[in-house]
Amino acid sequence: MSSASADVAIIGGGLIGTWTAFFLARRGQRVVLLEKDVVGAQSSGTNFGNLRLQGRFPGQYPLALRSHDLWEDFEALIGEGCEFARTGHLYCAFDAEEQARLEAYAQVSEQHGLTIERLVQPDLHKRFPWLGGRAVAATFSARDATANPRLATPAVARAARRLGVEIRENARVTAVARHGAGFVVTTADGTELGCGALVNAAGAWAVEMAECFGETAPVFAAGPPQFVTEPLPFVMAPSLQTIDGSVIARQTERGNVILAGYPRTAADAVANRAPVPPAKTLAAMRALAGLVPALAHAHVIRVWSGIEGYLPDMIPVIGRSETTPGLFHAFGFCGHGFQIGPGVGLYLSDMIVDGAKPAALEPFSIARFRTAATVSDKFHKEFDHPGMGAQATSPQSGQSKAAQPTIDSPGRE
Amino acid sequence: MSSIVIVGAGPAGIAAAEVLCAHGYRPVLIDEAERAGGQGYRQPAPDLALDMRHLMGSEAGRYNALHRRFSALAGRIDYRPRTLVWAVEGDTLHLLREGRAETIEAAPLLLATGAMDRIAPMPGWTLPGVFTLGGAQVALKDQGCLIGRRVAFLGSSPLLLLAARQYRQMGGEVTVVADTTGLAAKARALPGLLASPLTLLRGLGYMADTLRAGTPLLHGVTPVAIEGDGHVQSLRLRDAAGRERRFACDAVALGYGLKPETQLADLAGASFTYDPDFRLFLPKTDGFGRARPGLYLAGDGATIGGADAAEASGALAAHAILSDLGAPADAAAIPLARRVARLRKFQRGLARAFAWPVAQIRAQADSTVLCRCESVTIGAVRAAMAQALGPVEVNRVKAMTRCGMGRCQGRVCGPALQEIVAAGTARDGAAAGRLRGQAPVKPIALSAAGEAAP
Amino acid sequence: MVTDIQFKRVAERSGARVTLNFEGSAIEATSGDSILAALLTHGLRVRRHEFGGEPRAGFCLMGACQDCWVWSDHGGRLRACTTPVAEGMTLFAQPPAPSP
Repeated sequence: MSSASADVAIIGGGLIGTWTAFFLARRGQRVVLLEKDVVGAQSSGTNFGNLRLQGRFPGQYPLALRSHDLWEDFEALIGEGCEFARTGHLYCAFDAEEQARLEAYAQVSEQHGLTIERLVQPDLHKRFPWLGGRAVAATFSARDATANPRLATPAVARAARRLGVEIRENARVTAVARHGAGFVVTTADGTELGCGALVNAAGAWAVEMAECFGETAPVFAAGPPQFVTEPLPFVMAPSLQTIDGSVIARQTERGNVILAGYPRTAADAVANRAPVPPAKTLAAMRALAGLVPALAHAHVIRVWSGIEGYLPDMIPVIGRSETTPGLFHAFGFCGHGFQIGPGVGLYLSDMIVDGAKPAALEPFSIARFRTAATVSDKFHKEFDHPGMGAQATSPQSGQSKAAQPTIDSPGRE
Repeated sequence: MSSIVIVGAGPAGIAAAEVLCAHGYRPVLIDEAERAGGQGYRQPAPDLALDMRHLMGSEAGRYNALHRRFSALAGRIDYRPRTLVWAVEGDTLHLLREGRAETIEAAPLLLATGAMDRIAPMPGWTLPGVFTLGGAQVALKDQGCLIGRRVAFLGSSPLLLLAARQYRQMGGEVTVVADTTGLAAKARALPGLLASPLTLLRGLGYMADTLRAGTPLLHGVTPVAIEGDGHVQSLRLRDAAGRERRFACDAVALGYGLKPETQLADLAGASFTYDPDFRLFLPKTDGFGRARPGLYLAGDGATIGGADAAEASGALAAHAILSDLGAPADAAAIPLARRVARLRKFQRGLARAFAWPVAQIRAQADSTVLCRCESVTIGAVRAAMAQALGPVEVNRVKAMTRCGMGRCQGRVCGPALQEIVAAGTARDGAAAGRLRGQAPVKPIALSAAGEAAP
Repeated sequence: MVTDIQFKRVAERSGARVTLNFEGSAIEATSGDSILAALLTHGLRVRRHEFGGEPRAGFCLMGACQDCWVWSDHGGRLRACTTPVAEGMTLFAQPPAPSP
C-alpha cells in the first residue's frame, strides 16, 4: 500500500472527468484522475459525435453555448484536433404537428441567440437535394457541429496531463471515505490517495459512489446503438435528425454515414455490455433510406454501443453534494453530455476552486432527487425498456402524471 | 419454432448434416456460397470444362466423395445457399437472402464457417495482381482462371507448393515458390508432422515436383517488396543467404496459413483463448466442439485442421448435438474424436514448420500499408501508440487509427495488427488483445431492411 | 513484363454469351463467370480505392476481404468475386456522382 495526495481526485476518465481535470489544472490545482479502464472508453468514446445546439432543454442553453465556444476553440485549447466540423444541424418534421413543435424549439433557440433558418418544401428540397420528399419542413442551425468522440477524450486527457494532471488508467476505485476535511480514495491495487475535493464523474457507475455519502439518484445504464456505413461520396453536409427520433445521422468528411439507433437499449453496467439488437439496426437502416433515398444502396459495415448513465428526468446531475462538503457530482448525462462536456468541466472547476455557484449549473443539482423523482414525459420514448433498473421511477407511477416535461426533443449525442 | 441449424456447407457442415440426417433429423444448412463444398473443396460451376480429378490430384477421391455425399442429402436437409448470416442474437440468426433481411431460430447452432488466408503485409501488397493463396485456387476452381501468366507464390504454407503445382498443370508459369520459414525450422517441426505421415509424404512429393519443374524453391526468405506501376511487375526478396533477388511476375499469391472465420462464433457468445502455436485467438471448445450450451463449432472455423479434420470434427459435433438432445451414445464418436485430435496435432506441427513470420512483420517499415480497407500504415499505428496515453490494445488502436475499421472488419489486417501492437508494447501477441467481432459480419445494404412505413 | 490483362483463362465455360459494360466499354463474358473474372480477363482492375484513388483488383477472391466491390447503374454495389455476370449489366469502378 502506498499513499499520495492531491487537491482534487476525479473518479471517471470520460469526457466530463477529463475536461474537469483540464480546467482544474489550469487553475493551478494538483489533480489525479482515476479511470477504471482507459480514458474515453464508454459513451464518451462511442457516442454519435453531435455538438447540437438547436432543440436542447431550455435550462441548458447557458451551459451549451459556453461549451460551444470551447469546442470551436478546441484545437488551440487542447493542442490537437478532434475532427471538429461546423456542419450545421438539420432538424426535420414529417407533418404539420411536428412542424409546429419545430417552430416552438426554434423560438427557444432564438431566445438564446441562435440563428435558426426555417425551411419548407419545395425550398427544403432545393437546398438539400439528397433529402427525399417525406420531410415537409425543417429548421437549420448553422452553428451546430460534430466531432469525433473517439479522438476527443484522449486529446483532452493528454492536454490535462501536459498541465500536470496525473492520469491513472486501469485504476478501479474500490473504496472512498471521508478523512478529516478531505477524502481517501482506494484503488484495486491497494493504492490510497488523499484529496481535498472529490469529483464523481463515474457515469453509469456514479451512483455507487454517491451512496457512499448517503445520497442517491435513480441512475440506470443504457447504450445508444450506433451504426456506420461504408465510405460514400460526400453529399450530406449537415448533421440530420428527425423530430420523431427515427433518424439521427451524419456523414463524416471521409464519407461514412453514422446512424444512431432510437430508442436506446438497456445496457448491463455490471457485465460492461451494451448490446446492439439487430432489429434496431434494421429499423435505423429503414428509416434512413426512407428519409434519404439516395442512401438505400449504402451498406452498413459496423455497429457498436457504449454504456451511459440516464436519469428519469433526462437531465444530468451536476454540482455539489447535498450531504458532503468537498464532494462534487457530474453524472447521468442521459445521452447529451458530449456537447456540454467542456462547459461542465469549466463551471465545475470554478465551483471547486472558488466556491462559485454558476447559474448555468443551477438546474442540475442532485437535490431534486431528495424528493420523488420527476419523470419526463419523453422518458418512455427514449428506451426500449423504461423503468428497468431497480431505482428508476416507473413512468407509469403517479408522479409521472404530475411531472413537468423537462426535455423538448430526443437528445442524442 | 427452432431447428438444428448448421452454418457453412464445407466438409464440416456437410459431415454434420449427414450424421444428423442419419439420426432422423432434418437440419437447416445455411451457406453463403452458390454451391456447397466450402473454399477448399469448392465445386466448379457445372458449365466449366475443368478436370477436377486432375486438378485435385491425390485429394480427388475425397473431393468427389464429399460432393457425392452432399448430393445424397438432397431433400433430407433444408439447404439454403446464397444466404449470409449477418448477426446472432441469442438463438436468433439474422440472415440476408436475395437482398432481404430475415431471421431463423437456431437451437442448437453449429457453426462451420471455415477459414481464410492469413496475410503478412509487405510493401506493394495492395497492388492489383496480388491475391491470397486461397484466392489463387478459387480463381482456378471457380472461374477456370489463373491469377496471372507468371505467378510468384509467397508466404509460409504447405499450400504454396500445392497451388504452384496446380498452376503448372494448367499451363501457368510459376516464377518462384518462396517460403519465409527456413529449412532448419521445418526440420525441427518434423516430429509433430509424423502424426500424419501420408500427408507429410504428399507434401514432400509436391516439393520434389516443384524442383523437377525447375521452379526456384526458396526457404527462409525475407520479402522485400512487390513492385509495379499500377499492377504487379516483380517480386523482390532476400534469400536465406541474404542475397537480394528479383523475380519478374504479373501476379503474386500470398498466404501464411489459414485463420478461422470466427466472427459469428464471437457474436454467438463463444469465449476465446490465445493459441501460441497458431499465434491466433481461437474459440474455446471441448473435445467435441461444444463452445457453450447450444453452440457447437467445427472445422477450420474452430481450429485450423484441414479438410479431413474438418469433416471429422463436423461429424463429431453432430454426435455431441445428438447426445445433448438425449440420444444414446454412439460408438462412432470415439474414433472420430481420436481422428480429430491426431489431425489437429499434425496441423500444430505444420504451424511450426510454416511459421507466422513474427519478426518480419514487426520489422516492417512505417510506410507499409497495414489496413487495406482504410489505408492505414504501420507507421500510423506506431505513432498512435507512441503518444501519451496511447492505446496498447488492438480494439483501442482500431478506435484511434481506423485500422481494422473498414469493410472487412479486420479480417485481413487483424493478425498483423496484433503483432504490431504487441511489438509496440514489447509483449507477446496474446497481450495485444483480440479484435472483437461486430455485426454485420459482412456489409449489408440499407435496402435489405425493407421499406419504411409511410 | 507488360500485359494489360490480369487473369489467364485456362478452362472454357459452355454457358451463354453475356455482354456487360464496364466504365463505358463492352465486355464479353460467359454466363457463370463472376464479375471479377469477367473484368480481370479483360483488364487489370475493378475499382479505385476511396482513399487515395489507387487501383484495386480484389484480393481474397472468396467474399471475405470486401475489396472488389463495383458499382452498378442501379445505384447498388456488387461484390465482384461472388456475383455472377448478367446480360446488360452496367458497372463502374467508382461510385456514380450523387444525383439529386
